Amino acid sequence: MANEKAHPAIEALISKYREVVEGSPLEYTADWKAKHPGVKLVGCYPLYTPVEIIHAGGMLPVAVIGGGNRLEIAHADSRFQSFVCSIVKSTLELGLTGQLKILDGIVFHSICDPARNLASVFTRNFPDLMVEYIHFPQNLTSRHAVSYLAAEYRRVKASYEKLVGRPIDNEALCQSIRVYNEQRGLLRDLYRLRSQSPQNLSTVETYILTRIGTFLPPEEHIAILKEAIAAASRRDERLKDRIKVVLEGSFCEQPPLELIEGLEAAGCYILDDDFLLGWRWFSQDVAVEGDPIQNLARAYLDRSVYSGVKHDTREPKAKHLVDKVRETGASAVVILAAKFCEPALFDYALYRRALEAEGIPHLYLEFEEKMWIFDKARTEVETFVESMLFD
Amino acid sequence: MAKKETPKTNYQGQMHLLQKDLMGRYFDSLTRAAEQGEGKAAYMLISGNPVELMLAFDMIPVYPEINALQLAVKKVALPYIQKAEEIGYSMDNCAYVKADVGLFLGDRKTPFATIPPPALILCNYVGCNVYLQWFEHLAEYSHGEIFNLDIPFMRDPSGKPTKEDTEYVVKQLEEVIEVCERITGKKFDYQKLQKIVSYSGQTGELWSKIKGLTKRVPSPFDAYFDSVTMMAPLYCLRGTEEGLKFFETAYKEMEEKAELGMGPLPEERFRFVIEGPPPWPYLRTFRDLFAKWGAVAVASTYSTVGGLWEFGFKHDPNRPLESIAEHMLEWNLTNRNFLQRYDQIRRYVQEWSADALVIHSVKSCRLFSAGQGDMREYFTKELNIPTLLIESDIEDPRYFSEAQMKNRVDAFFESLEHKKILREASAPGGQA
Repeated sequence: MANEKAHPAIEALISKYREVVEGSPLEYTADWKAKHPGVKLVGCYPLYTPVEIIHAGGMLPVAVIGGGNRLEIAHADSRFQSFVCSIVKSTLELGLTGQLKILDGIVFHSICDPARNLASVFTRNFPDLMVEYIHFPQNLTSRHAVSYLAAEYRRVKASYEKLVGRPIDNEALCQSIRVYNEQRGLLRDLYRLRSQSPQNLSTVETYILTRIGTFLPPEEHIAILKEAIAAASRRDERLKDRIKVVLEGSFCEQPPLELIEGLEAAGCYILDDDFLLGWRWFSQDVAVEGDPIQNLARAYLDRSVYSGVKHDTREPKAKHLVDKVRETGASAVVILAAKFCEPALFDYALYRRALEAEGIPHLYLEFEEKMWIFDKARTEVETFVESMLFD
Repeated sequence: MAKKETPKTNYQGQMHLLQKDLMGRYFDSLTRAAEQGEGKAAYMLISGNPVELMLAFDMIPVYPEINALQLAVKKVALPYIQKAEEIGYSMDNCAYVKADVGLFLGDRKTPFATIPPPALILCNYVGCNVYLQWFEHLAEYSHGEIFNLDIPFMRDPSGKPTKEDTEYVVKQLEEVIEVCERITGKKFDYQKLQKIVSYSGQTGELWSKIKGLTKRVPSPFDAYFDSVTMMAPLYCLRGTEEGLKFFETAYKEMEEKAELGMGPLPEERFRFVIEGPPPWPYLRTFRDLFAKWGAVAVASTYSTVGGLWEFGFKHDPNRPLESIAEHMLEWNLTNRNFLQRYDQIRRYVQEWSADALVIHSVKSCRLFSAGQGDMREYFTKELNIPTLLIESDIEDPRYFSEAQMKNRVDAFFESLEHKKILREASAPGGQA
């Protein structure tokens, strides 16, 4: 506890934003918009959006990632069936209850079939909202994929130029690329810090510090990250008797903070995860020299992280996961898949096969963003941890 | 009053016999490839595929979807599904994939064919995101060569591809040609492709004319239950002379029936449009639920998954690659956005003079089903078209509840019948 007293800033900061993340980031954004009249907001549905294009137009990209566990679904469940995941329904519910009125636009992409149909349902139900849909290439070995994606980005740029009422020039794009490069670089630092000394930075803290970057202006987020990383680097906690794991499967719908906290409290240190993956999309900086649109397109193909919705035939499905385990020194994997999330559920079949072949133990869990009771998940993790520690 | 007797829905026309014969020969070619190594198999998906290109290299098209649905029709799918679930596939994953994976990891022997291993896994990604994962999995299990043929989705409100979309697909088709040349050791023959594309063009045109016949009253055939008979040769044999001959026979037969005022049921009492794939494990049971009411499907969205020909598209042998690209991009149901489907159904209801819309929501295929509640909202509230939404599955027999389904269908048609009586009574000359 001594360390907490010595560095109160980070705890106060995290506790302030925890309330926002658990309450409603959209309400926070609505307040922000009231203070910044004239700035247009573009909602970004998971996973990845080329936010630089929106930002370069003087607009603010904000994540629309479902409704958490404090939103009651009263209308959307008559539009989407019981076997469709929660985030699709909660996002529509936010729209049907007027909570997305603060947005000027929203952007979807081809992550899965329900999300794809959701984009159409948004177009029909919210005629005042500009709905954009990006088709990212799924043939990453084609010689023509980069030029296709650059053309797609130019189309999207033209669409945002119409929304903002002025052209978006290359200089502004390069500047936005620099800003987001810095933000993502700091997020990589934050993740590295947690991976190297998980006793000094918990996953729920890492999560909150990442999540706020999905609705704050990136410049503001950068300042907070610098402060938080410096403060966390000064911590010196004792390593507890826990197993070290890599968590995978929560790249789209997000689990409640209590669940993330519960996983660690049940006896794990999470050394790496795929939460909010689209906001940490690149493993290196996007190039800043040359044509910015071309650079963004090339980075999607060559510098982006592995994802269950980006089908890269250049390597086996589970390679990145096995690599993460080896690189971080974790001893196990926790698969935390959103209920009814078809991409994550399919991936699991190949992950399981590869993990078994590599002799890496794993635990499979499902969650829903709207869950309130965490006892069962916690017990399962405890049992798994005990089997790892004492068997 | 509802008719109490169940009309016989068996249909033994020339078309059905010819279909059986053709499909039998197609499946025999798969078995010969598997057991005697005759030819090289190219795995593809049904939705908007470039089968013409595969035929130009004499490759044998293998469709895991067809294999999965055959397993379901023959009522042997469940053990394969369960086998996949044992190795980590979820209850909530598409059961087509699970049945196919269960089959693939076993001896690949089925009651209809032995499935050959792939020389090429050509994932024609046409709208369905599950396709990408399905073929990714088959590639890992078989260590076969995979090519993701990426088809940009119809995301523009106009429902049209951009110029860059078409160029991107054509360039990828050229890359596929390079891959096929390497795999088969054969040189690409442009004239041969033109000939094949010409067969596809003529076949599509006949199919479109056949579909036009169900605008007649009574409809000469059921555009759901009988269309599936014609869909098998359309997909497995498109681009061949015998495929074209089948459609010539089918058109002639259907036109004759239309001229004679014959329909699939003794009496056509309701005309409906149906959206969604059929419940293959219970197709006959499902059909009889509607036949009992004298209800005939006059149009179906399912019959357009592999291609949408009835609104003017035709493969063009003078622009073979471009027209294959256009078929894949724009002229099939799965690569079109959900609102384009609303519009397709609206046209069916209006131009095919339907009384109602039936939505069959299947859990396995979320491309079809996700959001069908919004679709129902649109048709009932905005267009005032009586709409029934029922749920089961395309492959997994565990999701079919006959009693529940029957109650919903009966209640719907009872209400339609009631409305019909009221309408007839209030019409001029009607009895009060």
